[in-house]
Order: sequence, then structure tokens, then C-alpha cells
Amino acid sequence: MAFRLWASKTSSYLRISVPHRGFASVAKDLKYADSHEWVKVDGTSATIGITDHAQDHLGDIVYVELPEVGAAVKQGSSFGAVESVKATSDINSPVSGKIIDVNAELSSSPGLVNGSPYNDGWIIKVELSDAGEVSNLMDADKYSKFCEEEDSSH
Amino acid sequence: MRGGGLWQLGQSITRRLSQTDKKSITRRCFASEADLKKTVLYDFHVAHGGKMVPFAGWSMPIQYKDSIMDSTLNCRENGSLFDVSHMCGLSLKGKNSIAFLEKLVIGDIAGLAPGTGTLSVLTNEKGGAIDDTVITKVTDDHIYLVVNAGCRDKDLDHIEGHMKAFKAKGGDVGWHIHDERSLLALQGPLAAPVLQHLTKDDLSKMYFGEFHILDINGAECFLTRTGYTGEDGFEISVPSEHAVDLAKALLEKSEGKIRLTGLGARDSLRLEAGLCLYGNDMEQHVTPIEAGLTWAVGKRRRSEGGFLGADVILKQIADGPAIRRVGFFSSGPPPRGHSEIVDDQGSALGEVTSGGFSPCLKKNIAMGYLKSGSHKAGTKVKIVIRGKSYEGVVTKMPFVPTKYYKPT
Repeated sequence: MAFRLWASKTSSYLRISVPHRGFASVAKDLKYADSHEWVKVDGTSATIGITDHAQDHLGDIVYVELPEVGAAVKQGSSFGAVESVKATSDINSPVSGKIIDVNAELSSSPGLVNGSPYNDGWIIKVELSDAGEVSNLMDADKYSKFCEEEDSSH
Repeated sequence: MRGGGLWQLGQSITRRLSQTDKKSITRRCFASEADLKKTVLYDFHVAHGGKMVPFAGWSMPIQYKDSIMDSTLNCRENGSLFDVSHMCGLSLKGKNSIAFLEKLVIGDIAGLAPGTGTLSVLTNEKGGAIDDTVITKVTDDHIYLVVNAGCRDKDLDHIEGHMKAFKAKGGDVGWHIHDERSLLALQGPLAAPVLQHLTKDDLSKMYFGEFHILDINGAECFLTRTGYTGEDGFEISVPSEHAVDLAKALLEKSEGKIRLTGLGARDSLRLEAGLCLYGNDMEQHVTPIEAGLTWAVGKRRRSEGGFLGADVILKQIADGPAIRRVGFFSSGPPPRGHSEIVDDQGSALGEVTSGGFSPCLKKNIAMGYLKSGSHKAGTKVKIVIRGKSYEGVVTKMPFVPTKYYKPT
């Protein structure tokens, strides 16, 4: 699979841990929501995307519905959607705040979410309204276990 | 249930991605997975990386290691092998089989040459579609038909009820449900050359819609030159004890070019070919005329009637139906079932019944129902997705040209 190849090649550069049993990769410095979005906090702003596990389950992403800059997002609430060949999935915000940037590249190249879920495939940037919310999220190890459990239960 | 619609299935999988009430979901999956039926190819699918999902009461592969996009493209370029053993094959036998079946379907079955078949529709008293089915006249006293897995129980109840009444009046008809057989669909440009390696019969003389009983890879098979992808290809009904060997032989003879393909790509392929998925694009309350299958009502049936709902259906043929199934191209996110279709003023025109991103055309395609009058190709419409309107245009189907093997 093309993606697996990508994951193993770039894992050292991105410091992505690639578990031996072929589970999707996670990035160590990110926080994760149980609805499979990641957030990278940098001071008072945060970058948000969907995880490798999520893009792998969705398959080829053909459209990303982006919100408007300036709109408010709330932790756990939907702000957009990703469409794969197979299905639609809402994207929930892992944190609350105001949208300060959206990844317009995704309009013409939605496949960036598959190829580079933690970098070029980022979706929105948010000005945090409550930095304390981040503590409700999972770290990389916990999220990896969460995905393993979820996969083995169906 | 809605006929095991694939789109619902896809949604149920990905909704889990944003599912927070995890415990209840897990419990539900365990309960249902234990009840799911497995085809004889189940272990073969798992061994080949099949992602198994519940579909119409069966555990079926939605995809294998290839993405749905790649699988769809490979079917049209090389070929696909699908396990469609969840579908229900049955034979009607007896000298009045045709007279009996013609009471339940719109097709001219008597008029079929022996060894040929056609797509047809089982109708109810109101002219609505109970199911779509491929019907083959094997001989004058043997009919073979295949119905949808999700409709199996209601179809068999329906047929059985009418059969009892028919037999009570002295009609000679009986049935056999082919649960001892498995069904493989081999589709794409390599289907015929690959299958030719495994049989002595000359497949170049077998055309679209034709049916043979023949030896394939050492087993007696029912072979129909048909499919659900728009490509040339076959459906092979094989005794279940030979199904895994046949699947292996077909893959091997193709030298890896024909790939195992799941329900996900099957849905993209049939949508590109403009074919209905029962439960999405055709339902109990929709007539075959509304669904664009007027061609399937045989000429003799139009003058004679004599099938359930004939009064409604023949009137719709004469006057034109109030709604019609049409195709669309659209911008924005791919339309899915139940997306509303409106005009420039926002007035309702109809609804999308299935849609998605076409892997071959690299754009959105959909089908749905529109009020007659707004159904002509080129008509501009708006398709409403999550509260926003996107541009759509009514388009002729199939979206991707079909490549059925017909005499030149």
C-alpha cells in the first residue's frame, strides 16, 4: 500500500511512531480526540486535522468542506466534513475558539489529508478560547491504544 | 431495512469515527456480527485482506488492500472478481413456470430465446418495485433468477404465496433455492480471456444476456454473461464446494491483473454505469417506469398486461410518469442519498437517491428522482448538501460508457 510506504519513509523525520503490527501512525507532540482529530497547540493558537487512523478508515478523500475564517468552533462540535469515495464524516473540533486560518489547498487537493494527515493535510487553525481544554484530550500513547481497542472490537 | 444500501453501510462505518458513546456501539456490533451469515469464501476474503462489514445480513468485504478508487479503475482497465454469494439464486421448474412468473414480473419471459435472460422487476399491486432481478429462460420449463440479498425473505414470501395459489388452480410450477451454490462475478476486459482458460466452451460465441450450463475448472456451473459494473463480464454460479478453487484459479490465470474487489468499488462501478441499487434508487413505492426501466416492459406485456400493478404501469407508459430517475453531475461535495434537489427559487424538484465521486471521471455523479418536466438532460438544478446549495446539471446515463459484449 502506497500509504504504508509513506508512513515508514517519513516516520523518522516526523518522529511518528509506527507500531509493529501495522496500525496507523501517531505523532508524539499532538493531542487527540476520541472522534479522531488531532490538535497541535502553539502558544494561544492551535492547528487541527484528522488522524492517520481516520484517513485510513475513510479511504480516498475527495472533498473537504471547510468552514469560514472568523467562525467560532466548540470542543466536540462539528465544524466541517470530509468526503471519501465511501462515505461522509463530520470533523469535530478538539478545542474551542475562533478560526483564524483554513487550509485552502484542500479545495483543489483533498488527497493531502490521506498523504500527509499531520502536515500538509491540516484543516484549520484556531485561536484558543480555553487552553485548559487540551487536558481533556489523549496523548499519542493513549490514542494508539484507543485505536487498537476500537479496531479489535469490530 | 432499506435493502442493505451500500451508502447506509458506508455511513455506519465512518460514523464510528466520530462516535463517542463507544460502549453501546461495541455491544451492538458484537450482537449483530455473531448473527451474520458467511459465504464459503469468508476465510479467503480475510486471508486476502478483506475488510468485512455487515451487509444485508451477511459479513461481506467492502474492500481489500486496494483502495476503492484503485479497485474501481482496475475493474475497467483489467478486471475484478467479486463474491456475490449473498445474492439469492433460484430455479423455477415445471411446464407452467413461465406463465406463473409472468404474473409477477414486467418482462416478456415467454418471448426470450432459451438460454437468454434479461433484467426485470418484481412488482406489487400498485406497480411498485418489490425487487429487481435478472431472469434467464434456461428452457421452456426452467427459469433461473437471481434476486437481491436484502430482499430475499420478502421476495421468497411473495413468490411462495402466489405459487401456492397458482398450484391450487392446477398450475405446474415448483422451485429450488440454490443455497448449495455460490455466485462469483467476474467483470472487466480480462474477464472473458481469463475465464476462457478454465472452460472448453467458446466464450466468443456467448453474448451479453446469454446463459450456459457448462464445466468451468472441473465443476458444473451456471454462466450468465451479465454483471453490475457496465463492463463485459460474467456471473458464475458454482457448487459451493468448488467456489474457493474457482476464485483462486481465476486470480491466478489473470496473473494478478484481475483483483478481488469489494462492495465499495462495486457501488462506484454500478453508479458510473447508471444502474439502480435496490433500496436506494428503487423502492416499493417506485414503479419501473419512474425508475427509467420502461424498456424492460415487454411489448406483448404492454398490450396484454397480466402482471401485478399492470393497470398503474401501463397508464404511466401511456401518460408519462410524474417523477423520473435521472443522472446528475455536480460541484461541491459529492451528493449522497436524500440530498434535496431544488430549482433557482429554492422550490423542491426531487431528491438524490445515490451519488458519490466517480473514480473514472474524477467528478461527482449522482442519480435521483425529479418531477417530470425538469428531467431533461442539460437542465440546471441545485443540490442541497448540509444546508448549502451546489450547482448540478441533469445528465444522461450511463456516466461511463458500457462495454457489454454484443454481436456486431
